[in-house]
Amino acid sequence: MIRARKLAKSFGERRVFADVDLDLDRGELLLVTGPNGSGKTTLLRVLAGLAAPSAGELTLPPRQTVGYLGHAPLVYRELTPLENLTLFGRLYRIPERRERIGMLLERFGLWEVRHERVATFSRGMQQRLGLCRTLLHEPGVLILDEPANALDRDGLELLQAVLEDRRRAVAVATHDPASVEGLATARLAFA
Amino acid sequence: MTYVADVGALARKDLLLELRAKETLPSMLVFVVATFAIFHFALPHGTRHVAALGLLWVALLFTALLALTRAFVAEREEGLFDALVLAPCDRSAIWLGKSLAVLAFLVAAEVVALPAFGAFFSGVDARTVGAVALADVGICAVGTLLGAMAVAGRARELLLPLLFLPLAVPIVVGGVGASAGAGGRYLLFLAFYDAVFGLLSWAAFEYVVAEA
Repeated sequence: MIRARKLAKSFGERRVFADVDLDLDRGELLLVTGPNGSGKTTLLRVLAGLAAPSAGELTLPPRQTVGYLGHAPLVYRELTPLENLTLFGRLYRIPERRERIGMLLERFGLWEVRHERVATFSRGMQQRLGLCRTLLHEPGVLILDEPANALDRDGLELLQAVLEDRRRAVAVATHDPASVEGLATARLAFA
Repeated sequence: MTYVADVGALARKDLLLELRAKETLPSMLVFVVATFAIFHFALPHGTRHVAALGLLWVALLFTALLALTRAFVAEREEGLFDALVLAPCDRSAIWLGKSLAVLAFLVAAEVVALPAFGAFFSGVDARTVGAVALADVGICAVGTLLGAMAVAGRARELLLPLLFLPLAVPIVVGGVGASAGAGGRYLLFLAFYDAVFGLLSWAAFEYVVAEA
């Protein structure tokens, strides 16, 4: 689903990463590790199609099959969870949108607060909503940048279930690889 | 139909955000009325109608700039451009939805601004109202595109006026010309500006949101 050869990214004179080779197919999980500023986020943005590589070959799936969760949950804080997911559900042309949104909100423990503004949520609840948005269109490829951010124990269990679902290809960047180590089929460590 | 539905959903989202936050429209209203009040006392008594019309256009332009500066605040602060551009909808729908929302704010501000101008100076005629309506379309089309460009920059609050004001000069020329007498020719000029810059902005937005 994702294939990269000699992939490189630079911002002006500053080289972020270079010579990255990777293949990511359905059922595989790529674990990207490294300290702050090492290029994890930039790599994930390139793999999500949000930034162009500076050099190398890159084959990406169609953008509607990609689910991307960045550092922020990427939801509107002044809208409710229901309004956020309805907006993105429409833009992603999801059939039976209401049922899908209801199921996700139930699963991630947000059904009771579906009519409340996201701005009133804790960071962990916002992250749960971010995961709902990412999974809304049942993406074949998941790109997750520090997805465990601010999640409590229940949230981490929900995330674990998402990562264990082998119907997708998953790329995860994290500072704390221990939680995902057992699931990873490939590793990429930035220095 | 899908494109129209996408545009509608995106514009509705912006109107909802403003309805909840109430940040943009109140500041536009206060700004435009305060500007008229200041001009009213600053200008010598008996200032000609044409000079006052010039002030009307300057005030409307800077009021629009307020809306444009805030147009992409939610997307910038929450990084939401990433989520929007990954969606399989046509990216120009993002521009059109945002332009329509800014247009709605601008029209709402002008519903108050034009009578206020009449109270402070003199009433406006149908030609001026027509020119304002045509100018609004051009301002929103060009301003929204430039707002999206500026949002990616570091000095975004400075960048937007620097990009927008030079491109708004023809709008002021057309607006003042239409208001001050030679109506038809200048109204046509404004309509031509809207068509050309609207089309260019619609086509260019895809490239503006694509990160290099």
